[in-house]
Order: sequence, then structure tokens, then C-alpha cells
Amino acid sequence: MIQTLNGIVTGMILALVASGLTLIFGIMDVVNFAHGELFMLGAYIGVIVLTATGSFWLALVLAALVVAILGAAMQIVTLRPLIGRDPLTTILATFGISLILQNYVLWQFGPVSRKISEPITAHFNLFYLEYPWYRLLIAALSALIIGGFWLFLKHGKYGIWIRATTQDRVMAQAMGIPVPWVYTGVFAIGAGLAAASGVLFAPLAGVSHTMGLDWVLKAFIVVVVGGMGNLGGSIAAAIFISLLESYASIWVNPSQAVIVSFVVLILTLLFRPTGLFVPTPK
Amino acid sequence: MTTAPLDKAMPFKKAGLSHTAIYWMSFCAVMAVLIVAPLVLPEFWRRFLTEVLIWGLLAMSSDLLIGYTGMISFGHSAFFGLGMYGAAAALLLFSPPNLWLAIVFGLIGAAIVGLFVAYFSTRLRDIYFAITTLIFSQIFYVIIFTWTSVTGGENGLIFTRPHFSIPFLVDARFTSSTMHWFVLAVVTGSYLILRRVTQSPFGMVLQSIRENEARTRAIGYPVQRYKIAAVMLSGLFAGLAGVLYAIQNEFAAPDFVYFITSGDTVIFNVMGGIGTLVGPIVGAGFFQLLRELMARIFGDQFPYLVPLGFIFIGMIIFLPQGLLGFARRWLNR
Amino acid sequence: MSAMTSSGAPLVLVEDVHTYYGKSHILHGVSLSIGPGEVVGLLGRNGVGKSTTLKTIMGLVQPSQGKVMLEGNPISDMPPHKLARLGIGYVPEDRRIFRLLTVMENLRTGLDRDGVTDEKKRALLDKVFTYFPRLAERRNQAGGTLSGGEQQMLAIARAMMLEPKIILLDEPTEGLMPRMVSQIQNIIEVLHKEDVAILLVEQNVPLTLAASQRVYIMEKGQVRHHCAASAIDVHDPVIKQYLGVYRVIHFF
Repeated sequence: MIQTLNGIVTGMILALVASGLTLIFGIMDVVNFAHGELFMLGAYIGVIVLTATGSFWLALVLAALVVAILGAAMQIVTLRPLIGRDPLTTILATFGISLILQNYVLWQFGPVSRKISEPITAHFNLFYLEYPWYRLLIAALSALIIGGFWLFLKHGKYGIWIRATTQDRVMAQAMGIPVPWVYTGVFAIGAGLAAASGVLFAPLAGVSHTMGLDWVLKAFIVVVVGGMGNLGGSIAAAIFISLLESYASIWVNPSQAVIVSFVVLILTLLFRPTGLFVPTPK
Repeated sequence: MTTAPLDKAMPFKKAGLSHTAIYWMSFCAVMAVLIVAPLVLPEFWRRFLTEVLIWGLLAMSSDLLIGYTGMISFGHSAFFGLGMYGAAAALLLFSPPNLWLAIVFGLIGAAIVGLFVAYFSTRLRDIYFAITTLIFSQIFYVIIFTWTSVTGGENGLIFTRPHFSIPFLVDARFTSSTMHWFVLAVVTGSYLILRRVTQSPFGMVLQSIRENEARTRAIGYPVQRYKIAAVMLSGLFAGLAGVLYAIQNEFAAPDFVYFITSGDTVIFNVMGGIGTLVGPIVGAGFFQLLRELMARIFGDQFPYLVPLGFIFIGMIIFLPQGLLGFARRWLNR
Repeated sequence: MSAMTSSGAPLVLVEDVHTYYGKSHILHGVSLSIGPGEVVGLLGRNGVGKSTTLKTIMGLVQPSQGKVMLEGNPISDMPPHKLARLGIGYVPEDRRIFRLLTVMENLRTGLDRDGVTDEKKRALLDKVFTYFPRLAERRNQAGGTLSGGEQQMLAIARAMMLEPKIILLDEPTEGLMPRMVSQIQNIIEVLHKEDVAILLVEQNVPLTLAASQRVYIMEKGQVRHHCAASAIDVHDPVIKQYLGVYRVIHFF
């Protein structure tokens, strides 16, 4: 039972991370290698704000904002000059950024991981188990953020801009939509989502400069399995994989449970390369 | 109607230097420098140069995919690592440790990984291919890291360097100079082989896949098979680099299988110039040199990857053809 | 022949424009002008560069030489989204409406601009729904589910949301039934009455001659003939020369 809950909780966070990645890829055709580092930065900033102010909510909001702005700056400086070039150059550029961010954090904070305490430490009783409230809160928050973002896409003026740009970049421009800024905005949102997930995750396992790497890898697997650019698919895949891993860790130790996601990936590539949760293309 | 004397129309011929001549002359000049180097350099730089050659071989193998077939791979750390561990296996299992067995084992290891990765990842194009190779290299990392009983896990494996031995002829220990010459010989041989490959019909097909995959397929080439062959070939040479590294340094560690190694490889390629084969070697040298310089000026703790990262990104935007990119056509003729 | 020159400064001026697609030299020095509120036709066979001319004006393609001016200001290196806001509306060949957005959302891409009051927005919507009642019926349907003719209406309506000074219409009647073609002609008339200039690229010669004040005829990337629409009719030798034998289909 615990495994199921754990699986769902990690699944939701993974879904949040993967959403940002899939968003950036689906709309801008950019594979953001630095996504894990944005997650990591969010976590670190969250820790700093938390220790300074004691408020978890402030940490969440500030981290997301700061990283979103940083994301926008990154996009303007390094990705805009590359628009129209071979899409592989963006992978390289974002890879370069991930190196810079990771090593900068390593330099500033050292290689030892830090722990921060959960903001809510009470447990509650589910049947015969004790389960920390905090974990449920994370899952709920993640779902809330994803849901909020979904609404934003469906209804707001900017949501329409984003969707129009995704469908037809040229006509979006012809309608007066400032497409270069839409791209910057989307990247910033993706970055903010990653940072938020980082803050949510931080109390679970502490922060370290390498935390981004594991998550980004899993997020990529999720995105491929869910169907690249498919938001709903990514979310479903995230929960699916996390649940499987969670169950697997009953029998093997966690660092090996990771193999599960690899197996799912291989199977997907063999039988349904367009994505497990995508309707079969006609 | 008389025709003008031929040498008026072809001034090059008159000067006596064709492209081939110039090329081989430069090649010999570079080789001469590299051969003499260990005799004049202090120990540290001798080993430095040897390592640059090894990383260069790794990067060159990757260039076959990036520069000639148009496929960016982040999976080379797996090939390199399996070459390394394969060699380690040979050196630990057999006594006395045998150089040639190490090479064979390493290549087999790399080939197995190559086949596995090639089979799955070549199903996808472009970005998806890159991501899949990355994920696979991580799969191997996890396997090596956690299968402690076989691979030594986190601590890796330590072994002794084999002698350079040809049965009935020679049996000598490697000194840092002779090690260097051995590595140089292997790398040069690899370069020459790869060069022949890229200029062969096979190589031409690879390049046409890079230019326009759909058209190549439409003409009738089994593109997927060519891609798999390219990945495996690339993997073999990457594995060879891994073997050399193991022999040079006498240890094998999972760190090298982590995708950072793949990332470094791609950096060497981009910095040096893709599609040139020698460019990546220069790129590797450039990178290591900068890194060494920064360590000397700023101290060991300095995160050299931060400024190097900026340089890397700057090069992607402003100098995408890399250091030797301007000579790409010339080097390939 | 005073219809030959428009009174006052032209709204849009294209001067000696050369445009390339990669190595292909498509426009070899095109010059034309459109006055405020004027309907100008652009005729020519397929492939002579009519669409490219529109795209150059709209900023979707950069000219390598020559000038494009809007109200006297050079616009050739401005990005399309700025030009849309300055008052150029673009209705491309194949319509290109946003298929996954609803009719309403399609309209909103043009409606949601700075400085437009809610009242104004309502007024614009009302106007467009009056002219295109079918769109009103389908306002919450996805664009991709509309018929060809309805999509064309939507494409034009969407451009109208920008309150443009000029609309670039690229082959609006292509593939439409005769009944819809006369609807298009009505719309052009309405827009003309509202003082919106139109640059109309068309293969349908009678429609173009009926709806425009002036026409340009292009061939091989250049303007070859320019006259008042009233000066020629479908049987004119000029038409035969540049457009081939034209089979007259009666639309009225």
C-alpha cells in the first residue's frame, strides 16, 4: 500500500518535471538538457529561502519565479540565435548550460548534499499505516500546478497565443502574435515548473548538485514513453513508471529499481515507438 | 590551332604539388612532431599528450556518426566504458596479463554494447536518437555501478599494465615514451582506417544519409542497416579508446561510463570541428589544455567547466564549424 | 484615366523588389502601389511570384533588394507580427486557420490586442458574425471541422479582427463553389466600403476585374502590365497574352 502511495507521489513530481520538458519540446522543438539543472536550482533556491525566512510557500514561489526569469534569460541569450538552425544545436547548447549550472552550484555549495525538513511533519493513519501528510501534499500541489497550467493553456489570451504558435508559427505571426516572445515565455514557464518540482521534492531526499541528472534522465524516458509533445501522455507515463518502480523496490534496492524505467523504455521503442499513451497513428 | 602548353592551364601541376602531396606532407610533419614529443617533454606533459590522443580517438570515433552520418550520439561513454572493462577483464582473468587479449576482449565488449544500442536507437531519428543513446549509456552505467561482484561497483577495478609482447620476438615493459608511441600508432592506424572508410562507397552512403535521409532511402539504400553499421563501427573505435585508457592508467571506473564522458566527447567534436576526423582530436587537445591552464592559474578547486561551458556555447553560436571546420573539405579529399 | 494613379500618397509601396528562395530568384524587380481604400488586383499564371509578392509585403520573406513601404515608412526588415499590428492583414492560400482552435479562438488571435476596449471587441465580433452568420453558428467548433468555404470565411474574418488598413488576399476563391465565390465578392465590396485596401491575388479574372479599381499583371517575377480594371475585359489581348486562353465562367 505504501508503495502505491509513494509511487503516486513521486509520479506526480515526475509528471510536473516532465510537463515542463514536454511543453518546451512540443512548442519550441527544443530538447532542454538543462531541465534537470533548473530543477536542481529550484531546490537550492528553495532551501536558501526556507532557511532565511522559514516559509515554505515563499520558497516555492520565489524559486519558481527566479528560475523562470533565469530560463527566459537563457532562452534569449543562447537559444534565440539558434532558431532556424539544425535542431541538434539546441541540444548541444542546453547541454552546455547544464554543465555551467551544475558546476557553478558544485563550486558554491560543495559536493555534500543537504537536507531540509518537511514543512508538515504530521503523519496520518491510512488503514493500519502511518503515512506522512507532506507527501500527499506534494502530490496534491503537483496536480494543482499541472491543472492550473492546463487551464491557462485552454482559456487565457496567452494560452491561445501559445496554442496558435504551436500549430502554425507563421500564421501566428501574421496575426500579430509576437512569436519570439511566446517562445521565451514558454521556456520560462517550463523552467518555473521544473523549479517548483525541485522545491517540492527537496524535503524528501535533500539537495545535491547532481540531483538534476537522475531526474532529467527519468523525465526524458517519461517524455519518450508518453509520446513526445503529448502532455497528457507524459503525465500518465510518469505515474505509470513511478508506480512500477515503487513496486519493484519491494524486491530490489532502489538504485536497481531504476532498471524498470529502462525496460519500459525498451519495450516502448520496440512495439510503440510513438508513445505508449498515444493513440495509434493512422 | 595549337593548344596551349598544359602547364599553363594547371599551375598547380607546374609547381609540382597536388592536394595529395600537400596532405601527406602535412601528415608526416604532424607525425614527426608527435613521435619526437615524448623525448623532449617532461613526464607530466608526456602523459598529458598520450591522454589527449586517447580522448581524441574517442572523439574521432564519434565524429563518424556526428560528422559523416549526421547522428549525434550521447552514448559513447558506454562503448568507451565497455572497452575499458573488457580490457580489465582480460587483464585480470589471464596471467600473465596479455596486451592483445585485452584489446580483443575490449573490442568484443564494445561490439556487444554497440549492437544493443544500435538496434534500438536507430529506430528513431535525430533528437530521439540522441536521447535514446543517452538513456542507454546510463543503463550501462547503472548495471556496472550496481553489479559490484563483477565490476567492483563504485570502486572499479585495478590491474597491472601488460607488457608489450609479440611471441618469440619482444617482451618489454612499457615506459611512458613507448606507451605513447604505442598509443600513437593505434590512433594513427585508426585514423587512416576511418579515413579510408569515409572515402569508400560505404562512407559516401553515410554522408548522403546525413544530407538527406529520405532521399537516400528513396533511392533504395537500406538506411537502417547502414546506420547500425555506422554505430557499431563508431562503437568499436570508441571501445578501442577505452582499452588504451585502461592500459595507460591501470584502472577501470564506472565514472567513465557516466554520460558526462559522452558529453565531453561531443564537446571535443564541436570544438574541433565535425566531419574532419582530426578536428575532434584537436578539440580534445584544446579542451584539456584549457582545463590544465585554468587549474594552474586558478587552482584545483576552480570549476573549470563553467568558463569552458561558456566557450562551448559561444562556439556553437558563433563558430559552429569548430577550430578545423574551415579545412573540412580539404581534409576529406 | 485618372484611375491609373491613386490620389495622394500610396498606402503600400513596393519598389523594385527582388526576392530569393534559397538560390531561386523569384521576384526580379517588382514594383506596385496600393492607395488607401483601393482594391488592386494582381493577376498572372501559376508560379510567376504573386504569392511571393504578398509574402514579401507581409514580412514573411525578406527581399534581397528593393523597398517595401507602408504609409511612407520602410517595413522590409520588420517582423510579421509587428506588421500585423501596424495594419496589414494576411489571408494566405489554403487559408491556414488554426485547426485545433475553435472559431472563437481563431478570431481572438486577432481580437486580443492592446488598446482595444471590450466594447470595441464586441462590436467587431458582431460585425463579423453579421457578415458571416455561418461562423456565428459554429463559433465553438474547432476550425478543422469547418468546410472549405467556411474556413475561407474564417480566414478573412480573422484578418478583419486586426482592423487592418490593408488586407492581402491570396486566391480566396480557389476551390470554392460558385455560390461562395459571389459571397467573396460581396465581402470585398463591403471591405472596400469600409475603406480597407485590398491587394487581391486571383486566378479568377472576371471576379478580379469586377472587384478591383486597378490591376497589375505579372509574368516571370515582374510586373508586365498595369491598367485600370475598367480599361480591359476578359477578352482583352493582354489577358490572352499573359494568362493564356481564358475560359469565361459566368458567376453572375
